[in-house]
Amino acid sequence: MLVKMWINGEAIRDHIDPDMLLLDFVRRHGCASVKRGCETSNCGLCTVMLEGKPILSCSMLAARAEGMHVMTLEGIQEEAREFGSFMAGQGADQCGFCNPGFIMNVLAMIRELTDPTEEEIKEYLEGNLCRCSGFVSQLRSIMEYLKYKKGEQDGSGK
Amino acid sequence: MDRVNENLNTVNQPIYKKDAMALVTGQPVYTDDIAPSECLIVKVLRSPHAHALIHTISTEAAKKVPGIACILTYEDVPHKRFTMAGQTYPEPSPYDRYILDRRLRFVGDAVAIVAGKNEKAVDKALKKIKVTYEVLEPVLDFHKSKDNPILVHPEEDWVALCDVGADNKRNLCCQGTEGSGDLDAVMAECEYVVEGTYHTKACQQAMMETFRTYTEMDAYGRLKVTSSTQIPFHVRRILSTALDIPKSRIRVCKPRIGGGFGAKQSVVTEVFPAIVTLKTGKPAKMIYTRYESQICSSPRHEMEVTVRVGADKNGIIQAIDMYTLSNAGAYGEHAPTTITLTSCKSIPLYGKARAYRFTYEAVYTNTMGAGAYRGYGATQGIFAVESAVNELAVKMNMDPVRLREINMVQEGQVMPAYYGEICGSCALDRCMAKAREMMDWDAKYPARDMGNGKVRAVGVAMAMQGSSISNVDVASATIKLNDNGFYSLSIGASDMGTGCDTILAQMAAEELRCPVEEIAVHGVDTDISPYDSGSYASSTTYLTGRAVVKACRELKEKIDQYSREHPGLTLKEIGNECMCNNNIALEVTATNSSPVSPPPFMVGMAEVEVDTETGSVEVLDFVGVVDCGTPINPNLARVQAEGGIVQGIGMALYENIQFNGKGQMLNNSFMQYKIPSRQDIGKIRVEFESSYEPQGPFGAKSIGEIVINTSSPAIAHAIYNATGKRFHELPITPEKIVMGE
Repeated sequence: MLVKMWINGEAIRDHIDPDMLLLDFVRRHGCASVKRGCETSNCGLCTVMLEGKPILSCSMLAARAEGMHVMTLEGIQEEAREFGSFMAGQGADQCGFCNPGFIMNVLAMIRELTDPTEEEIKEYLEGNLCRCSGFVSQLRSIMEYLKYKKGEQDGSGK
Repeated sequence: MDRVNENLNTVNQPIYKKDAMALVTGQPVYTDDIAPSECLIVKVLRSPHAHALIHTISTEAAKKVPGIACILTYEDVPHKRFTMAGQTYPEPSPYDRYILDRRLRFVGDAVAIVAGKNEKAVDKALKKIKVTYEVLEPVLDFHKSKDNPILVHPEEDWVALCDVGADNKRNLCCQGTEGSGDLDAVMAECEYVVEGTYHTKACQQAMMETFRTYTEMDAYGRLKVTSSTQIPFHVRRILSTALDIPKSRIRVCKPRIGGGFGAKQSVVTEVFPAIVTLKTGKPAKMIYTRYESQICSSPRHEMEVTVRVGADKNGIIQAIDMYTLSNAGAYGEHAPTTITLTSCKSIPLYGKARAYRFTYEAVYTNTMGAGAYRGYGATQGIFAVESAVNELAVKMNMDPVRLREINMVQEGQVMPAYYGEICGSCALDRCMAKAREMMDWDAKYPARDMGNGKVRAVGVAMAMQGSSISNVDVASATIKLNDNGFYSLSIGASDMGTGCDTILAQMAAEELRCPVEEIAVHGVDTDISPYDSGSYASSTTYLTGRAVVKACRELKEKIDQYSREHPGLTLKEIGNECMCNNNIALEVTATNSSPVSPPPFMVGMAEVEVDTETGSVEVLDFVGVVDCGTPINPNLARVQAEGGIVQGIGMALYENIQFNGKGQMLNNSFMQYKIPSRQDIGKIRVEFESSYEPQGPFGAKSIGEIVINTSSPAIAHAIYNATGKRFHELPITPEKIVMGE
């Protein structure tokens, strides 16, 4: 079947099998940042934004994204670098395999929540698993990043 | 300690990982991202039975599925037994497997290999393979395996290369006994004796990137293997044996790896696409599903450790007696070596003991074979010994911290259970003091009733590990001065995400007195990299680090000599000299083995809150104080510790591989096999109390494995202090807390 959607702002038309998952579709179209970590919607590695909202691309048929806008980390490289440097500053990147899905969800969280508490952050990101870091350095990165963004808004700088 | 900060510029600094920006921006740097799009998709038909013989197998209908390129059965593979264990030759693990065998030894064992143009075709073909099985009774209980008439490996060509006491006609993968001092006599003199049997389960490593490999024939007619592996050089050797082709025809490369923890110290996927590429000449790839990673890979060995600890009237631990039974599963990868670590990396924590004895047996069963998992037997042994010592403290009515303070190993002590090595660096006393202060132990021990059905309590444990396998592991590094004066560092150790490319570059930059950006690191390619056993046994910082230092020092001498012969040249100019009318290579390869394996040490303290009505446990706070020698990169060392502690929390409270009566695994996805999420952990606080290891580079030892070892015993201890119930089996679930073991 023919599907049409936007991936990172680019219009894509492709013929696919009806059972193709969005995860495999975006990987086929150059978005290798999107990873598969499980087959049971448990790990969050395949997180992409669909119409601005984070979803698990492993649990959605590509055909259901017909006509919609899909964003992957490839489409928000500048933000990824900005937040990612805070992860690197903590050594939180580690093996990196979960980073893209995690960062997508962090950036979604920042758009959705204002001044989130540690508990709210943990709750929002619960679905993003990481086996290397024990999560603590990821939290430190987020707190530092939020402080930085706040400073940026206040004009007080980093 | 004062030696740690001796004018260091890059070592001991929290430098960003060299690959960090590629990782956080999602660049295509992992195996499946770089595999050619025309790769054949390789999958394996898996045994539905725990023990069976293939009676007949027909692939005719399957071969007719459009797009199928190759179907292989046991008749199509070389009949040379090998082990998938990534260990130095001759491997202690028995040669007990073919790529495909007529006998199937666990649910999930490989029956046939199918390769085709796309996943759909392969899936269709898998369904069309007709197999009739002669179903045999399995041996599933590891207590009943030894001398059971049901043999997991009755085959005549089974062979153990090393004398590890293995006997396939008794289901024995290894057995032995060792010790020093007159254990029975010393134990008889002891005023206090405790004994217990501690059962730790198989746990899956659950690295986020599952096992995966792609293979292709290169322009020279050689097999090029790109794999997510910790052991590229062992992969080359193992493939050569398994495929029955010369090593010289194989090249192994390692891209970025999405986590390992020891799982990828076994050759789990490599043989399957490799034989497909050899048979078809086409590129092929195998990407394990999470389901496959759960049911047929390389988890921690299930073990039962019986330990008896004796102390004199003053509380000095005089004797430790240990018996370990290990479940190797269907294949013996890493079974003979993990089991010996249960004693040699737990008993030496108690430096004053006059006698110890260690008896061990690892047995085959018809369940998934185990492998190398962070801690490698030490984790299981330390859970037993530290739990027993906590019981001893109760028996003696002594604070368990105090009991450890008067018994812990100290610098200069001989460690008879640790190859007779002398403890060359140890800050365990400072680790304990720091942890005690951070946890506010004296105020919190043992427990506080919160008055709402909840009890808060604390627990403690110590741990050790090693730094490389002494007199076995080999590490090498090549450093060269390039034109324009920057350096290339080539290593054979696999960065599996922990950051070894970066910390080794930090060491090179320190030695060569240049910014770390001036060191270009090249990861592993067996055609180019100097030989390295691989990234396991907590060896990289200590052993490869030392190789880097050696190479850099030799290169410095060469550059100095060049400089003396050609006075007035800058480093940049010396580098540029190599491009014109030059006869001197400014390049050095250094190799390093170590006669000792200096142990890092750690103290872990847990504070838990137990809901006495529901049995639910919350880990409120975990304090880990680590002596890894000099932390080369404090950030990366800290994250190792935090990650290891949390992985250990999973082992203590949730993670459990279970089989039903037919040998089928019940926890075959992340839905049933729960690893900790960020909601499951409270505070994790890590500090370093560094000793200075004279054998290590810049005083460093190791960090990767030790950090998983205190979680289980410290949490079990805290739960005991909260509930008065002693748990001998992991994981400690709410059901067990409420209903008993």
